[in-house]
Amino acid sequence: MFNSLSEKLNGVFDKLRKRGTLSDKDVDAALREIRVALLEADVALPVVREFSKNVKEKALGEEVIRSVTPGQMVVKIVHDALVEALGGDKPAELDLAARAPVVIMLVGLQGAGKTTTCAKLAKFLKDKKNKQVMMASLDVQRPAAREQLRVLGEQIAVDTFPLDKGKTPEDISKRALKEAKLKGYDILLLDTAGRLHIDDKLMGEVAQVKKEVNPQETLLVADAMTGQDAAQVAKVFQESVGVTGLILSRMDGDARGGAAFSMRMVAGVPIKFIGVGEKMDQLEAFHAERIANRILDMGDIVTLVEKASQSISEEETEKISKRMEEGKFDLSDMQSQIMQMNKMGGMKSLMGMMPGMGKIKNKLDQAGFDDKSINHQVAMIQSMTQKEKRKPALLNASRKRRIAKGSGRSVQDVNKLLKQWKDMSTMMKKFKKLGKKGLLRQGISGLMPR
Amino acid sequence: MSWLKRLKSGLSKSSKKLSDGLTSILHLRKLDEETLQNLEDLLIQSDLGTSVTSDVIEKLRVDKFDTQINIDEIKYFLAKELTNRLKPYVKPLEINKNFRPEIILIVGVNGSGKTTTIAKLGDFWSKEKKSIRFAAGDTFRAAAVEQLCIWGKRLDIPVIKRGSGADAAALAYDAVIESQIEKDDVLLIDTAGRLHTNSNLMEELKKIKRVIKKAEETAPHKVILVLDATVGQNAYKQVEIFHKAVGLTGLIMTKLDGTAKGGVLVGLADRFKLPIFAIGIGEKANDLQQFEASDFANSLVGLES
Repeated sequence: MFNSLSEKLNGVFDKLRKRGTLSDKDVDAALREIRVALLEADVALPVVREFSKNVKEKALGEEVIRSVTPGQMVVKIVHDALVEALGGDKPAELDLAARAPVVIMLVGLQGAGKTTTCAKLAKFLKDKKNKQVMMASLDVQRPAAREQLRVLGEQIAVDTFPLDKGKTPEDISKRALKEAKLKGYDILLLDTAGRLHIDDKLMGEVAQVKKEVNPQETLLVADAMTGQDAAQVAKVFQESVGVTGLILSRMDGDARGGAAFSMRMVAGVPIKFIGVGEKMDQLEAFHAERIANRILDMGDIVTLVEKASQSISEEETEKISKRMEEGKFDLSDMQSQIMQMNKMGGMKSLMGMMPGMGKIKNKLDQAGFDDKSINHQVAMIQSMTQKEKRKPALLNASRKRRIAKGSGRSVQDVNKLLKQWKDMSTMMKKFKKLGKKGLLRQGISGLMPR
Repeated sequence: MSWLKRLKSGLSKSSKKLSDGLTSILHLRKLDEETLQNLEDLLIQSDLGTSVTSDVIEKLRVDKFDTQINIDEIKYFLAKELTNRLKPYVKPLEINKNFRPEIILIVGVNGSGKTTTIAKLGDFWSKEKKSIRFAAGDTFRAAAVEQLCIWGKRLDIPVIKRGSGADAAALAYDAVIESQIEKDDVLLIDTAGRLHTNSNLMEELKKIKRVIKKAEETAPHKVILVLDATVGQNAYKQVEIFHKAVGLTGLIMTKLDGTAKGGVLVGLADRFKLPIFAIGIGEKANDLQQFEASDFANSLVGLES
């Protein structure tokens, strides 16, 4: 996500970095590039204007003149302005401080991803916040929409309010609230029909429901791929329904994600979650700082670490790091590392989070390196015997042929895999030599072959 | 309401902002740099994108710079320019009678409106007394099959379905065979929404196409990408990757009844040379219109047709 924007800005800052001092002309040139980059990233024009103005004021001030490396200074100014625009450094939390059942209502355009998000949110509240949740669909517009929520509810083991045909949204919401009270649920999640912000009738309807059930949170769900219209949508929903937060869906695509920016600015409410996949647990908290870092290609180490800690058991980490410290690394170690990488969302998503890796990631794409080739590697390793995994030196031509056959790959692929293992194990040996402190000092670059 | 009026009422909302903007920046005055800059901004706000916008603005500059010009002249100029760019790609919604059935695969990202568009296409052709069949190929999303079945019932169009989680390619294969036996005029195959960045799901889509070919070598006869009008510049990547994967034969743009202007369509047509079959302007079965370049362009800049 956001990668293309970060490339653009990197291009600008590469130019700035090369210079000792920064003239007004430089700032203007940088701002022009930033403006175009932001527009191409689908950031709404009014937001771009405000942002540029903001950055320019700061960049032309004495801070820049005094600073030792002006390029870095501008990077910092852009970064800070970006963080501010995206909602500051505190991740927004759901406000659940009300008497149970706390009502949360989801609204948005058609196809924004409300129903899926509703189920994801229910799962999040159930698993992470230990809440008793009930979902109710008020979508009597789209055929089978309520059935969709019911099926999703079954999948994630969250109760849904039974389908009663032919009732109005207002009616359903009142009944659902009554039932939630009666049965002692902590939270009632209301999924609404998709509606156009200019459809006065449907906007009036949702406003009426809101009045009726008095939700603690009214969340606008929007597609991260939205273009210039995002600002308009946010504005009208905010004015006519009143929203308390945003959820950006489909952040796992390659949309430059300017909509996040636009909507945050225009609606003036925080982005509370982002949807990052079709699976029910692929809903993440929104961190302005991290996203801004990602935009500027400063990496997203915090998310990386969090993902790692969620996906990898501590024991396993201990085991691996011990072996790494000993400089041992055989093919079964490689296999378990690959598997773990997959658990964390695959190579590409990991690469995107590491500092300076944005460009490398593109190179990987160009070289046809994708998560599929990783699966092939796993298949090849799985076609080996335990002995072979421990002692790859055993692998002669006939064994390689057997492995290739067993995994449906070619002998060249097997050779490639072995070369990769060799590189990695060399890296591990360096790791041993550097020791933990050395690694921290030299960073990843200390491990790279020179 | 005539279809032209419906289109206009749908699209005029889209263009209102643009034309309001135009009116506010330009009565009768000299076309100078500042005006051009403002025009550029306005076109960008209609999702035309920076490169198409600077193209159009450059033309305006060459032709009209430093002349006295009023709002209508600018509108006509812009509309004409945009119409010219769209015109070569207007393609009527027609069924090829050489195939029985003509097999149409509908693809797109999640939430773009594929299932609704299939219902609309069914409604459109059933008014021409064609025999139509739907294949409920979105076996992934919860209740997607039910959604299409409800449409089938409303429109009296038979739906071929399997349970949720069934193999979409196998279903498509069966649908083709059955539709051939029934000698339908057209078979519309729905697919699950997928982000173009998800390579596994794009592979699955390729497989669906391969398997359809096993049942009928010439099929699919049309592969239509359904695009949401609210999408911004990401549409380029969507079209590019879907096109590369399954060879698109045309586009349908949905949700033009909102304030999203769908300006990205101009650049898409230019770059990918893909026909634009129709546009969606509402949730009802008959809210589908043939695509008309000049109406689209006129409405985009706020000109009465």
